[in-house]
Formats: sequence, C-alpha cells, structure tokens
Amino acid sequence: MFKNLTIAQKQIVWAWAFLALPVVFYVVIRFYPTGNAILLAFQDWNLLGARTWAGLDNFKKLVADPVFWIVFKNTFVYLLIGTPLSLLLAFLVAYHLDRVRFMHSFIRALYFLPFLTSAVAMAWVWRWFYQPVPIGLFNNFLASLGIAQISFLNSTSNALPSILAPAIWAGLGFQIIIFMAGLRSIPQTYYEAARIDGVSSWTVLTEITIPLLKPTIVFLVVFSSIGFLRIFDHVFNMTTNNPGGPLNSTKPMVLMIYDTAFNGYDMGYAAAQTVVLFTVLLLVSLLQLFLMRNR
Amino acid sequence: MAASANDMSIKASTDALMKVQRPPVKRSYAQYIRWLILFVGGVIMIMPIAYMLSASFKYPFEIYNLNLIPEEPTIENYTYVLEDGRFYQWFINSMVIATLTTISNVLFDSLVGYTLCKYRFPGRIFVFIAILSTLMIPTEMLIIPWYLMSKSFGWLDSYWGIMFPGLMTAFGTFLMKQFFETVPDDFIEAARIDGLNELQIWWTVAMPLVKPALAALAIFVFLGNWTAFIWPLIVTNDPLLYTLPVGLTTFSVEQQVEWELIMTGAALATIPTLIVFLVFQRYIIRGVVMAGLKG
Repeated sequence: MFKNLTIAQKQIVWAWAFLALPVVFYVVIRFYPTGNAILLAFQDWNLLGARTWAGLDNFKKLVADPVFWIVFKNTFVYLLIGTPLSLLLAFLVAYHLDRVRFMHSFIRALYFLPFLTSAVAMAWVWRWFYQPVPIGLFNNFLASLGIAQISFLNSTSNALPSILAPAIWAGLGFQIIIFMAGLRSIPQTYYEAARIDGVSSWTVLTEITIPLLKPTIVFLVVFSSIGFLRIFDHVFNMTTNNPGGPLNSTKPMVLMIYDTAFNGYDMGYAAAQTVVLFTVLLLVSLLQLFLMRNR
Repeated sequence: MAASANDMSIKASTDALMKVQRPPVKRSYAQYIRWLILFVGGVIMIMPIAYMLSASFKYPFEIYNLNLIPEEPTIENYTYVLEDGRFYQWFINSMVIATLTTISNVLFDSLVGYTLCKYRFPGRIFVFIAILSTLMIPTEMLIIPWYLMSKSFGWLDSYWGIMFPGLMTAFGTFLMKQFFETVPDDFIEAARIDGLNELQIWWTVAMPLVKPALAALAIFVFLGNWTAFIWPLIVTNDPLLYTLPVGLTTFSVEQQVEWELIMTGAALATIPTLIVFLVFQRYIIRGVVMAGLKG
C-alpha cells in the first residue's frame, strides 16, 4: 500500500502514526476538560440535576464572597513570603556551598534530602512538632529554655507561617541545586579578571554573579511562585480537623476549590474558582516570558 | 524554547555540577567557619526526618523527650502499623501506579518529542504549539472535569482512574524534544539507508543516545507520582485503592493523638525514597538539574 509513496510522504505517514495516540490523549484528557471547566464556570450544577446556564452568576457570587477574598489574600501571602524567603535562603546556601570542597556532596545531600520526601508525611511530622507542651517538640524545646509556649497551628496569625515553613523547607533542596548549577555555568574568567582588578568580593557578587544568574533566578522565581500559588497538601494535612482553619486563616485557593467541589458539590462555583486560579497562574507565566525577553 | 547557545550552557553546567573542577580554595579561618555553618544548617535540614525516624522507634512514654536516640528502642510501632496489611497494599498501589505512569511517560513523551524534532510534516507547528499550550493549564482546573469523566466512565476507584491524567506530560515532551536536538540527523539517515524502519530507528538508534535525559525524566515523573496527593484523594474512595500519601492521611486522622504511630506511618512512606536516594544520589541530583533547567 505504501510502496508507491515517496520517501517524504512515507515520513509524513510515520509521523502521524507516532502522534495518533498522543493526539487523542491531549484532546480527550487536556483540551476537552479545559473547555468543560470553562463552560462549567458559567453554569450551575450540583452533580445531580441538570446543568443550567448561570451566566456570570458564579463570578458575581465569588466577588461578593468574603471567604474568597480571605482565601485570595492567603494565597498571595504564601507566595509573597514563600518565594523571596526560600530563594534568599537557597542562594545563601548555594553561594557558600559552592566554595566548600570538604565533604561537599555529603553536605549537599543533607540539604537536598527533604525535597524527595512526600509532603503528606512531612506535614504530619511538622504538625507533631507544633503541638503544645508536653507533645510538640518545638514547645518542649522552648519550655526547656524557660520560654513561654507559642500557639502555632491554633492561632489565626501564626498558623499560616507555620504551614508555610515545611513547604519552604521541602523546596529548598531543589532551589539550592539549581542555583549551584547556575553558579557553575558562570565562566571562571570573569572572576579571574575581577581578582586581577582587585575588586571586593561584595562587588563581584553584585556586579558579576547576580547579573549572570538572572536566567536561573527568573526560572526559580516562577517555578516556586507557581508552587506556592498551588499549595494544598501541607494545608490539608496540617488542618484536617478544620481544613483551612482556624477561621479560614490558612485556606489557599486550591483548598477552597476542593471544598466547594467535593464537599459542597457546587461544581459551577468551583469551576469559576479554577478559572480565577488559571488566570493568576497565566499572568505569572506571562511575566516570566516578559522578563526572559529583556535579559 | 531555549536557544542552542543556552542549551550549551545548560549542558556545561550540568556536567560541571558532577565533575568538580574548580580552582582550589585557600584554607583559612573563614573557610572553616563557612564549612561549620553549612554543616550545622544541613543537620538542621534533616532534623524533621531524623525525629520522625527516632519517634517511630520509641515507646509512647518516651516520644515527647528531645533525645534523638531512643533509650529503649522498639519495633512495636512498626509491627502494629503493618499488622493489618493496609500499608503493604498502599505501598503496592503507589509502586504500580508510579511505575506504569513513568513507563508511559518515558515511551510517549520521547516518541512525541522525537517526532516533533526529527520529522517535517504538515501540522507539526500546530501540534507543537497545542501541546506547549497545555503547560499553562493547571491540574487544579482539570480535576473537576476529570472527576466527572471518571464518574461517567466508571473509572473511580481504579488504577486507571488514578493514572490516566498523568500518562503523558507536555513537560516531558519538551524535555525530550530538547535532547533529541543533540542527536545528529546523519545517524538517522544512515540507519534509514541500512533499511531500518522508522520505529526501529527511534528505538534502537535515537533512544540509546538520550539515555541520561530518559533517566532524568523517569526520576521526575516517578517522584511526582509517588508523592501525588490531590487527584488520588479525589478519585479513590475505597481504602484498598488508596495510594501511600492518601492512605497516610486517613491513617493519621484515625490515630489522632498517637504520634508515635503517625510517625511510623510517615517513616514507612519516606524510607523507600531515602534508600533509593542514598543508592542513586549522583543520578538523581543530575536528573533533577537536567529536568529543572530544560523543562
């Protein structure tokens, strides 16, 4: 059947044969659900009755929902504390670890190990640490020093940072490794030239290292921002008795979506929330493209 | 995506991360302090893991002490937790799902990446951009439509239901496409002249040349699926089909205040990863850098 085709035509047939199954996959598992989610955002449905057209009602409800604004704020607090803090810590460690030879790979392994742990397991470990005296390690430690107890997960002001801490901790290893790869890609000649000119190491850092690390920094900012905007596993597991509590003070957008869809069965409203999340993530990604272009 | 000059620097940096060939650091007082601070920081980083393991070998009366080495070590927690066989089941579920998903990604992502890289056919750019665009769509937006799909096709509470969303990823496709750029077209032409068909060329000529990239992809996909939480949580109701993270959440909620048992469960979910990391440390770190920088 293919005998009378030219070589170029045969290759077209082969290419589409290779792509056939993947194309079906991307259409059925990616594009159709995306369309369905967007459609659902403009409908009203509780999984049982008919899907009815709701127009912009879901979005109006969202804007009028005080919980949504708390959740929106929480999500950005996770992002605005988590990203700068984790990048700063990761850079400090990577910068100095790069200058250490003795037991280098052992120390690197210590920092990297938490990245491989499952968020669920570690959320429970940290949750134990945060318990009041006589259970939690942190408070027991404070007590042994004679310092007053801290209410970590039960206080509306402390709970969010307490949940953020293990999320930062788990991601640090990845960022350190990426920073070190970035540092190593800077040609040694720049540093040698700087040494001959006799500039201070602070000037070398601000004038050579950081500017040349810009692609790495942009990548890590976007990667970790997207991670913190989608935070869920830690919050869900550290607040199982009152998800997102106390008083919604730790609830991120993904948890609100989960609650609305799978506890409240308000599918249209949940879909509208996912559209908002999608828009936020899209803006962050576009910002990355914009920053990379100006490099 | 990245230009070829950028590829070169990424390749150089990943290589450099493995072979430490940097100018010697002069031994000084400051250098010892740097090492010491990094070492202490690294030890603090693994403290949560260390305390988790320590608590899993302690009796309840001892668990709230700050000492890391149990005074009376016991394996009773492990025998208790493993007694009813649920953890074995969850472990097998996670292992099967993560393995099958990894195999699927390694095969299909590389086949699609190869096709988009090495063939010229009508529709190539369109397919390329269509797959690229799915990178922008967050999982959280798709979980509601996936759930509805699984419900109507009877995929709830099945391995297939847990696995289907992740069988192919745009991330893996682009990672592989980038690496197939490094395979010379001459090799493929030569194989064609030797009479291999296109499928044989992909499998026996191109694939062996990108083994490091395949390993990187496999590590990333396996780790992602091993720790995946939100989708398995939604798609499974039957405790027999839980993955390890979902099972661990349920188990920990049941135990409430028996922290030594919760820590044993967390340890059971973490120990396999620790062993794999200690054995394959070099490859895992290199894989994470490659996947992180190219993806």
